[in-house]
Amino acid sequence: MILHELLSYDLLRVIWWGLLGVLLIGFALTDGFDMGVGALLPFTAQTDVERRIVINTVGPVWEGNQVWFILGGGAIFAAWPPLYAVSFSGFYLAMFAVLACFIVRPVAFKYRSKRDGFAWRNRWDWALFVSGAAPALLFGVAVGNVIQGVPFHFTDDLHTIYEGAWYAKFIGLLDPFSLLAGVVSLSMLVMHGGAWLTVKTTGEVQKRARAYGSIAALVAVATYALAGVWLAYGIGGYRIVGEVAANGPSNPLYFQVERTASWLSAYADRPWIAIAPALGILGGLLTFAGLRAGREVTTLLFSKLAILGVISSVGLTMFPFIMPSSSDPRSSLTVWNSSSSHLTLFIMLVVTVIFMPLILAYTAWVYRVLWGKVTAKDVTENSHSVY
Amino acid sequence: MEFGIVELSRLQFAMTAMYHFLFVPLTLGLSILVAIMETVYVMTNRPIWRQMTKFWGMLFGINFALGVATGITMEFQFGMNWSYYSHYVGDIFGAPLAIEGLMAFFLEATFVGLFFFGWDKLSKVQHLVVAWLVAIGSNFSALWILIANGWMQNPVGAEFNPMTMRMEMTDFFEVLFNEVAQAKFVHTVSAGYVTASVFVIGVSAWYLLRGRHAELARRSITVASAFGLASAFSVVLLGDESGYDTSLNQKMKMAAIEAMWETEPAPAPFTAFGFPDQEARETHYAIHVPYVMGLIGTRSLNTQIPGISDLVAQAETRIRSGLVAYDALMTVRAERDATPPEVMQTFEDHSADLGFAFLLKKYVDDPRQASEAQIKAAANDTVPTVWPLFWAFRIMVALGFGFIGTMAYFFWRASFRQMRYPRWALHVAVWMIPAPWIAAEMGWFVAEFGRQPWTVDGVLPTAMSVSALSMTEVALTLAGFVLFYTVLFIIEMGLMLKYIRKGPFQDVAETEAWVARHHDRLAGRRNADAIAQPAE
Repeated sequence: MILHELLSYDLLRVIWWGLLGVLLIGFALTDGFDMGVGALLPFTAQTDVERRIVINTVGPVWEGNQVWFILGGGAIFAAWPPLYAVSFSGFYLAMFAVLACFIVRPVAFKYRSKRDGFAWRNRWDWALFVSGAAPALLFGVAVGNVIQGVPFHFTDDLHTIYEGAWYAKFIGLLDPFSLLAGVVSLSMLVMHGGAWLTVKTTGEVQKRARAYGSIAALVAVATYALAGVWLAYGIGGYRIVGEVAANGPSNPLYFQVERTASWLSAYADRPWIAIAPALGILGGLLTFAGLRAGREVTTLLFSKLAILGVISSVGLTMFPFIMPSSSDPRSSLTVWNSSSSHLTLFIMLVVTVIFMPLILAYTAWVYRVLWGKVTAKDVTENSHSVY
Repeated sequence: MEFGIVELSRLQFAMTAMYHFLFVPLTLGLSILVAIMETVYVMTNRPIWRQMTKFWGMLFGINFALGVATGITMEFQFGMNWSYYSHYVGDIFGAPLAIEGLMAFFLEATFVGLFFFGWDKLSKVQHLVVAWLVAIGSNFSALWILIANGWMQNPVGAEFNPMTMRMEMTDFFEVLFNEVAQAKFVHTVSAGYVTASVFVIGVSAWYLLRGRHAELARRSITVASAFGLASAFSVVLLGDESGYDTSLNQKMKMAAIEAMWETEPAPAPFTAFGFPDQEARETHYAIHVPYVMGLIGTRSLNTQIPGISDLVAQAETRIRSGLVAYDALMTVRAERDATPPEVMQTFEDHSADLGFAFLLKKYVDDPRQASEAQIKAAANDTVPTVWPLFWAFRIMVALGFGFIGTMAYFFWRASFRQMRYPRWALHVAVWMIPAPWIAAEMGWFVAEFGRQPWTVDGVLPTAMSVSALSMTEVALTLAGFVLFYTVLFIIEMGLMLKYIRKGPFQDVAETEAWVARHHDRLAGRRNADAIAQPAE
């Protein structure tokens, strides 16, 4: 098989770095509002009917949305095996917490309205709240850690070793900057959930969604800007030194890496990437204004722009780093040293090019079929078939 | 056996995988049965088939939720607990997992919501297409995960790259059309179809015993027994024994399942019963059936099946060859581009056996320092523990034949005895419900436990595959999973039983209301009379 030589190895690596971003953004745009809606559930809905309205706005689509998360895992495994191996075993207990949420959430959606008892439903509502808010926070915390570097190194056999005892590994994740990143992520997804509820509901529920959503939008913009300032003055970056073998074998130990004063020197080298954080801030402010003004579909679009800007700004700032190592910078994972083989990247690209448009097309069709507001009438008349 | 991080990680993987597979087979089969029922509805317009679709669809949904929830763990725990495995074979193993997401998970998950929420938003044919897309998506996911698993059993289309210290793909189509994977796929989905058929027949039999919902129950039995009979033949006859002659380790698995300590003259006898004794390498109180083993195992009269002792001797040879590869690898790694060509040649000649040298890592850090006794011990390690495999396999096969019998009987009554069933047969059907789950779990146990001591046969030993985690971390998550899964299982069973007890009353009422609502719209259509008819 020589077909894969059509695209050079370094180009495929950059394409897959971009696709990694597409997956994360796809996940945040779709499952993001599910998590946001879960986090907003206790605030936007008081009566059982209201809660069922809120839940049923995402009822038919959360399952498909969640596949972005699962595909994210699969695609990282296929395209960036060292990243898959290092990050999930490194963030072990945090990963478990995220998995626990993603295990409880499907069950909570499906089972909540299958019994009548108040206590039964109330417990599942709590489960939906926690399983929406906690991962939204933890994803941001993980990104905050990655930006600062994670304490791991490789042995000569490429076994991954983490520094520190297990509790230190877990508690150590919760440093102030990472917590701030967690707040950015949580408030951003709550904003997105609020925008979604504005589109899908009416009356009281919509009013509350707009109120809480706009607060979240302001918090997201403020904390994101604060994180940017912190990054400029308080957090060091990383840089590859010596020759960059962009077409070389995927072995982190073949590179030399050193610490730099700040990640933000990337903006001097590639000024055009400033468009990403600008989009993040502008999108957030427009979402705030849209929610205040009561605009529906445009607000959801603004919220999507904000998420697009915030997530891509992280990737663009760190490029070519994916997961730097704070204790042994040489072990850092970059675009050039932690991908799959040339052949695997090519095959996975072919499969993605075939299936991604199909997925987007049928997902769009399903959203179109389900278009429209969820009302009290809908949930009471179809008690048997909706959540 | 000392109990360390490897054993604890294996326990967690076994627990979460076997738990996940409590829900998967029913999803695989019931999705298709529901789609078949809806097809009959769309073709005949008889409301009873709509009620059946909705009722079994509801039970499908309760089961599906936990299948999805527990599947998430599977996608991530390779990286969490088996990080060296993920690094070492991710280049090959990750691809089918990602394709599974792109091709299967999106399909089933996107349309499953529409299946439940779309009844009033779609035309009948559109909704039918949605039902089939859910079924096809579920079955595609089985295909890709079994291509991944098949590669662990029979790692084709890949070779070791000393520059990256990992296996890399050389031929995607070899991975795709791996004969072990294909056999496993057919076997596994057939098992799912049998599971769903036994479930549908069992629940329907319970209704008939109670004198409830006879119309729905009788029709359900008819569909399920026809589907189940074909699947039961498929699961037994196309069992995944084909492909057991592809590699040394697959041969070892077969020899262990059959407790064949020594090579027997072809065709070998089948040991129907006995107590395997690993220490003495013999089977006590064995009952042999002549010729049968040779016929099943090789589909021929004159091909020999090697016994365990011979296979251990072969493993020892490969360990010695692997040590040559390991020694050359150390030079290649130190010198990189400056490696002398003859060392490179030596490495390439022996690299297929590199994994066997890794078996010694359990005993010494540098395999080249291993003593003769350690090499012998490592060769002996290639024999999995025989008695659990021997028994699990026999329970699975006995149940498999039991399914053929049951399905054939119900199919005969449904086809030629006016769908009337004696009470004893209905009782058998109800008690039969857990049997396919037992068979399926036994099957996975045989496949995975029989692969030990390897995660990837002949390539990577299990002991080397784990993450560098502390016992505390793994113990915490294992406890968490056990707690979580137990609670969810109790809730799931409670809901399942509640909805089975309640029966399809709501589906009947809802269908009647629906027919009334749509009566005017449908009045002008060709089959309007049939729609307006009551459910017989």
